[in-house]
Amino acid sequence: MQTGMTRGDPAKRSMLLTALYIAQEQYGYLTQEAVERVASRLGLAVADVYSMASFYSLYRTEAMGRYVLQVCEGLSCHLVGGADRLVDYLGKKLGIKPGETTKDGLFTLEMVQCLASCGTSPAMRVNDALYENLTVEKVDEILETLRGYHV
Amino acid sequence: MFERVLTRNFGLPRSESIDTYVANGGYQALRKALHEYKPQQLIEVVTASGLRGRGGAGFPAGRKWDFMPKDPAITKYVCVNTDEGEPGTFKDRELVEKDPHQIIEGVIIASYAVGAQRAFVYIRGEFFLGVKRWIKAIDDAYAKGFLGKNILGSGFSMDLSVHRGAGAYICGEETALIESLEGKRGQPRTKPPYPASVGLWGKPTLVHNVETLANVPHIVNCGAQWYAGIGTPKSTGPKIFCISGHVRNRGVFELPLGVPLREIIEEHAGGMTFDKKLKAVIPGGASTPMLTPQQLDTHMAFETLEAAGTMLGTGAIVVMNEDTCMVDVARRLMRFFAHESCGHCTPCRIGTQHMLSILERLEGGKGRPGDVHLLEELALSIRGNTFCPMGDGAVNPILSGLKLFRDEYDYHAKHKRCAVSGL
Repeated sequence: MQTGMTRGDPAKRSMLLTALYIAQEQYGYLTQEAVERVASRLGLAVADVYSMASFYSLYRTEAMGRYVLQVCEGLSCHLVGGADRLVDYLGKKLGIKPGETTKDGLFTLEMVQCLASCGTSPAMRVNDALYENLTVEKVDEILETLRGYHV
Repeated sequence: MFERVLTRNFGLPRSESIDTYVANGGYQALRKALHEYKPQQLIEVVTASGLRGRGGAGFPAGRKWDFMPKDPAITKYVCVNTDEGEPGTFKDRELVEKDPHQIIEGVIIASYAVGAQRAFVYIRGEFFLGVKRWIKAIDDAYAKGFLGKNILGSGFSMDLSVHRGAGAYICGEETALIESLEGKRGQPRTKPPYPASVGLWGKPTLVHNVETLANVPHIVNCGAQWYAGIGTPKSTGPKIFCISGHVRNRGVFELPLGVPLREIIEEHAGGMTFDKKLKAVIPGGASTPMLTPQQLDTHMAFETLEAAGTMLGTGAIVVMNEDTCMVDVARRLMRFFAHESCGHCTPCRIGTQHMLSILERLEGGKGRPGDVHLLEELALSIRGNTFCPMGDGAVNPILSGLKLFRDEYDYHAKHKRCAVSGL
């Protein structure tokens, strides 16, 4: 009998990371249905696919805001007065703590590890866009622009 | 006068495009390698150049190539490690975003030398622009006949594609990278066997950091002797240093290996911001032990940094001034390691969490008597006892911090506040 870890074509299995990205984009996050579909398409056990989704930090198994604000808390961002100040500011402005989403579902605030922007810190990722050399003013501008898309 | 090698195209308009690269001599090394060299001769050239891996470990590249089996009947793979994530490091991102063809040319030459016809780029999931740049560059290289069938009429064929990671620092470790490419959790494998004998899908695999590969075309173009003449006898060639923290000019600086740390900080990085006093320097990324102002004349080469009790690592220099609380620095770094521990082995998985909780306690004014001793004991019992080098990396900031700044730790534990900031 084949187990979840060994069954299937190895080359097919290597599509798993990409498949999870696609499913996440289609469903918004990795819902039970999304995970089950990926598992059945690649011939893997559902638990096996979940173990992947929970290992890699870019996969989400819960609903997120339309924009995920990921503030870098790495050392180089911290040294130039970044992480804490920006998270405090964003938290107050949006009325949420790190890990929470605004009531309108627009923003989720997160603290993340090094974004490799140490020479241009402080830095923040918003979905797939990277913002560097951040100031409170720049953060305001970014939020305003993003809100502008949803008026 | 040192002339920049790896970053020389960075200032050009559209430096990432294939047209800019070709117009500035790009892909000439590939032509030369495919038409004038036998694979074994290329391995000898790279060995003679003294090129060492730029991803952190500094293993001689030529030896790595030579470990690959020579039997042409065996399928082999090459992996390009773009999973940069060590705090302080941002050179690979710059290389991919600003000059991806230089790396591709290196990949093709390396693949030809070791007899691989399939190569994979593994890129960190967060690097969205990097993913786009890689895909565009590879498409353009195919269109010009640098990739695909019968490259430049040489009879050598190979394919290259991009695989996007999904957020796990550990995938920068070569066997974890291979696991992740196979669609599994990125947890390191037992070594030996090394990837050169059992790698991707069980086949011999050469894994290189992007900066290492970027050196290859230049070695082929200008010769091993020229390359070995840059740097020190044991650390040859140019190196991209990343500098961040409390200096005036942060960013990447390409300099010969062996350059004094003082020169990088005082000249290239313009010295300390607000003319503050220097307190400590991380020389090679988060996992390398710190240096003190008294060690500023240390040369930035593999052997000299080792002699100074630390490592060149990725060449990521983080500079901290006199106002920096070293317990806070340790806590920040430990948050990273605790978050990124893959969970495979107990000392790293549990140990980093325990060290972090002690550091959070000390920083939060809730330190207990004996905490500093406990922290040290934990770090010493983790060191050397983890499955992969990440455990050692995680305890390095603690042990070097305790060695150099123990009084700060003690002050936190005793007075429940910081001696530096007073808070």
